[in-house]
Amino acid sequence: MNHDRMNRRALLQTTGALALASATTVFAAAQAKKPRVIRVVAKKFEFVPAEIHVRQGEAISLLFTAPEVPMGFNLADFQLRADIVPGKVARVDFTPDKAGRFTFLCDVFCGSGHEEMSGTLVVT
Amino acid sequence: MFTPKPAVSRQTPRGGQQNSGAALRFVENGFDRRQFLQFAGGAVFASGLSGTADAADDFFFVQLSDSHWGFEGPPNPDAHGTLPKALAAVNALAQAPDFVVFTGDLTHTTDDPRERRKRMGEFRELVGGLAVKTLHFLPGEHDASLDAGKAFREFFGPTHYSFDHKGVHFIALDNVSDPGAQLGEPQLAWLADDLKQQPQDAPIVVLAHRPLFDLYPQWDWATRDGAQAVQLLMGHAHVTVFYGHIHQEHHQMTGHIAHHSAKSLIFPLPVAGSQPRRAPLPWDPAQPYRGLGFREVQAEPPVRFALTEFPVQGG
Repeated sequence: MNHDRMNRRALLQTTGALALASATTVFAAAQAKKPRVIRVVAKKFEFVPAEIHVRQGEAISLLFTAPEVPMGFNLADFQLRADIVPGKVARVDFTPDKAGRFTFLCDVFCGSGHEEMSGTLVVT
Repeated sequence: MFTPKPAVSRQTPRGGQQNSGAALRFVENGFDRRQFLQFAGGAVFASGLSGTADAADDFFFVQLSDSHWGFEGPPNPDAHGTLPKALAAVNALAQAPDFVVFTGDLTHTTDDPRERRKRMGEFRELVGGLAVKTLHFLPGEHDASLDAGKAFREFFGPTHYSFDHKGVHFIALDNVSDPGAQLGEPQLAWLADDLKQQPQDAPIVVLAHRPLFDLYPQWDWATRDGAQAVQLLMGHAHVTVFYGHIHQEHHQMTGHIAHHSAKSLIFPLPVAGSQPRRAPLPWDPAQPYRGLGFREVQAEPPVRFALTEFPVQGG
């Protein structure tokens, strides 16, 4: 009996330790993968900021708002796009897998300055 | 008729063909694509390739595009005079075309709906001076994207439609009234129905403002759902697309479908990806109107088209 009870206690302790270790690992992984949030405002007729700097392999979360009229975000080199509707936050998550300077633009015709509305993603 | 001159061609980053010369004529043959493909590979055609078709059924039309009436700025110090010069050149052709098609951006965009209508009224009055009275209009995003095509329809009629002319089926598509540059499901369904009524080997000409393929999405030179339209068109053997938007001549094949963009009548844009930003090429006082022009399309039944490019000239 005593022997069994000791074994069960040891088993529970071991299991608890493993569970704790597992939770710690998950938490650490979550910490490591938590994307860096970059907020971007799409207003007539510019993105603020217009130049976004990130690192290759870094998880990024772009959060867009449009205070005036519907806008679009199109980063063709990464095949990413989003509609940006006033009153809502548009989120684009990605991890750049190549370095360079990449043009993004508004792809929803938004007014007389639409064609000048673009920006640059700089991946180093 | 126009006397062709040789022109210099170069490849674009997307593998299409851009003509940088003052005038060019080549023949596309829907039955035998060797000639067009030879052109796409870098060779330039002179005139004289036609002549095998039945002359009685030949006709030609003129494509004008991207006049941006209402634009003012350094890229074109003669913004008020360029369109009239092009219209006068069309009227001066030795033979009048059967019709003229305007492939969008008739007017330059404005946030003011009254000003938009003023520009459209002025444009309509100007083109009313053409000797040819059959005119077909398509909207560009500058005309239609801010009001879903409302003002355009008031002045020029429907934004998408089809018609037949001497055995050729023409389809005008609207990929601009949706500010997101989409044809949309209803129009794609309409296109599918329209195509179902055509024999598989019918000669079909598609007119649009934006390219239906991804020419260079980094500069918004694409139609978001254009691939669906191209997929529908792929079921027909003889399809040719004429479009505008990119303010330069460009020729590309998607499968057996040929796509030809037209020059602008306001300012040329750079070759895709040739500079960081999509900005107008500067006006060159030494070569005014450089890169501007219009196109004559000679249809030689059953499915052959010869393209001749005309420059805008001063004076």
